Amino acid sequence: MAEFALPKHSKIVKGIDYPLQSESENPKKVNVYRWSPDDDENPRIDSYTIDLNDCGPMVLDALIKIKQEVDSSLTFRRSCREGICGSCSMNIDGTNTLACLKSIEDIKGDINIYPLPHMDVVKDLVPDLSKAYAQLTSVKPWLQSDSRPEEGKSRKQSPEQREKIDGLWECVLCFSCTTSCPSYWWNGDKYLGPAVLLQAYRWIADSRDENTEERLNDLEDTFKLYRCHTIMNCTKTCPKGLNPAKAIGEIKKLQLERK
Amino acid sequence: MSEYEIIDHEHDVVVVGAGGAGLRATLGMVSGGLKTACITKVFPTRSHTVAAQGGIGAALNNMGENDSWQFHMYDTVKGSDWLGDQDAIEYMCKEAIPSVTELENFGVPFSRTEEGEVYQRPFGGHTLDYGKKMARRACAAADRTGHAILHTLYQQCLKHKAEFFVEYIALDLLMDDNGKCVGVLALCMDDGKIHRFRGHQTVLATGGYGRVYFSCTSAHTCTGDGNAMVLRAGLPLQDMEFVQFHPTGVYGAGVLITEGSRGEGGYLTNSEGERFMERYAPTAKDLASRDVVSRSMTIEINEGRGVGPNKDHIFMHLEHIDPATLHMRLPGISETAKIFCGVDVTKEPIPVLPTVHYNMGGIPTNYNGEVVTRKGNDQNAVVSGLMAIGEAACVSVHGANRLGTNSLLDIVVFGRAAAQRALKIVEKGASHAPLSKHVTDKILARLDKMRYAKGDVSVGEIRNSMQNAMQKHAAVFRSNSSMNEGVKKVDKIANSLDGVGIKDRSLIFNTDLVEALELENLMQQAIVTIKSADQRKESRGAHSHEDYPDRDDKDWMKHTIMWLNEKNKTKLDYRDVHLNTLTNEVASIPPAARVY
Repeated sequence: MAEFALPKHSKIVKGIDYPLQSESENPKKVNVYRWSPDDDENPRIDSYTIDLNDCGPMVLDALIKIKQEVDSSLTFRRSCREGICGSCSMNIDGTNTLACLKSIEDIKGDINIYPLPHMDVVKDLVPDLSKAYAQLTSVKPWLQSDSRPEEGKSRKQSPEQREKIDGLWECVLCFSCTTSCPSYWWNGDKYLGPAVLLQAYRWIADSRDENTEERLNDLEDTFKLYRCHTIMNCTKTCPKGLNPAKAIGEIKKLQLERK
Repeated sequence: MSEYEIIDHEHDVVVVGAGGAGLRATLGMVSGGLKTACITKVFPTRSHTVAAQGGIGAALNNMGENDSWQFHMYDTVKGSDWLGDQDAIEYMCKEAIPSVTELENFGVPFSRTEEGEVYQRPFGGHTLDYGKKMARRACAAADRTGHAILHTLYQQCLKHKAEFFVEYIALDLLMDDNGKCVGVLALCMDDGKIHRFRGHQTVLATGGYGRVYFSCTSAHTCTGDGNAMVLRAGLPLQDMEFVQFHPTGVYGAGVLITEGSRGEGGYLTNSEGERFMERYAPTAKDLASRDVVSRSMTIEINEGRGVGPNKDHIFMHLEHIDPATLHMRLPGISETAKIFCGVDVTKEPIPVLPTVHYNMGGIPTNYNGEVVTRKGNDQNAVVSGLMAIGEAACVSVHGANRLGTNSLLDIVVFGRAAAQRALKIVEKGASHAPLSKHVTDKILARLDKMRYAKGDVSVGEIRNSMQNAMQKHAAVFRSNSSMNEGVKKVDKIANSLDGVGIKDRSLIFNTDLVEALELENLMQQAIVTIKSADQRKESRGAHSHEDYPDRDDKDWMKHTIMWLNEKNKTKLDYRDVHLNTLTNEVASIPPAARVY
């Protein structure tokens, strides 16, 4: 009989417990996924108990507190801490989101933190996003237009035309949506995923872009576009409240209309 | 010393930093045919330009007000409290028009007027007709203008197949034995390898150093790495005492609420419900320059008219504005207020406090982006091979106080200028002279020292002490006694860096090490900032000295330049302010009292 084995490093073990050093009326346990490529160890979950009375309100505040006061080797990306740079996306309490926008108060029980699912891990909470970035480049996410605007002038766009890209251009490329999508988990090498498709639609919907036809031709593909099975995890998880599923739906609709 | 694997790269130009300035420079260079490397410690769209909200200033005159770049220039000179160089300011305000139009052509999703033109809103200190009434000059993409611009510039760089080195932290400049910059040494965070980038020009676009303070709107990554590299290269920084406090950081969290919210009609009140800005700035009111508004708020709080249980902050009101307008023009800050202070802006005011926001000071450059220093009587000596742009640079277009919208403008205008300059002076494909081994070795020795640091004080602890000292002693209002004490404190804290210890010895994505290197960078800038502040015996722009409350043009209309040696000892000198304009299209604007 065939034997199946989990891939190396897929079994997560219990890690180090860091109890609170002093009494607290408001303790909270933070369980964090740890893995480093430097040794051959399996990933582990370290547990840090922190005093919420001496911590900022967001999960990112808790992570920074731990790094600053308990374990400086804890590794994660962060930058703006206000939800606009998209660095600190991770899986918190079972949902992909930005740690800087996720309120600790909203989490019942322990805070469980893992890297974004189904991406290679560089270290701890840092995923390797290079494939997703390459997919972004593949949809040529820039304005394509053969007609030049009048020298020294802006292109014109009415407020109504401009409104069509609201909810699209604001994406912060955190890839919370893409990495929450089961279709992307299985076919991430060929399916573009919600974040990239949202970007593709951002240019299709922009009245200034003149390459809609070619963009739609490029997306007319069983895998690139049609692996979206409207599971809707993307829209549910987006920390910016955007709706990638709708954008994908619009692309599919345009594909149908031109047939 | 450890053996590091060193990977060599040869380019025509090396750009350090991929915020708005770095990307605009990279774009101009790549599209002009220069082989360009853009090195960045975060993925380009994570750079702090992304957080700019309100708009980018340019006299496009889309709102039919007869705006002109001459008015914009006047406002900028006045805003700078006459410490800005007028040749550079003329260049910026004039080039603003083609630079911003170009951004639209690149695809920036600007908001639009009914006529289909780029939408413009009022902003602090921007006026028509030399201060007579407020101008609508800030070109905006809702309240996410920085995001719109940064992403578009990255998209254009992708289009032109720019070569990026992402998550590489620059360690130090490669300075040859003649004082010429020939590139930069960087650590690749992904695998811990050392990369030696050679370029005929190295462009520092590394942003500001807001994280020297405890409470700032700046990202965690705003550590002024380029400024510190310049200090370690034996070159001075300029006007470092001028640190801008933004009037409306969210109380507690410190995150930014754009001045554009006051541009759209928002206003500030004290505990008596009074619109106090009317007393301090009768014409511009809540849209006076940032230094003026921040000082007024601080006075209100100090005199017991702050709001909240501790009377330690101020309210900003938007609830009188039509919710549809808030939704269309200020969706980002509506969200920010909800998330960070639980405030529904359509119903209640936002608690705000002046918060460190921007560094007017930085690496002295001319308006071509070339780094300059003072050599004897030559106050404008160009440092061969080195450029600086954006918040890292001090051109100086902002002088003692920057106007809102002029930072996004600064990055695109001077990013573009640096590219144009490099295209003129760099010979494509020219070979690189051999570099003495000791140049690299010295940098690696510094890296090694930090990497194996075994002291018992953590990076976090030292960083906290530094940030608290700066917050207390280099604040909105400063005094001799407070700054003297601050200088001593900061010196002592800087010494404590010898006792730092780091825990992570790995070379893979070692953020413990990176934060330690960033802390060293911050510390060097903290020293220069507080010492530059301590020596300026006047009040000008963001530098409000309680012992010298007036501006003193006779003795102090000059740029501070300060060097720092390896023992953290500073050397002080000055450069003249350029009161001359660039062309005769506009007359020099003579110093006058600054009333809003």
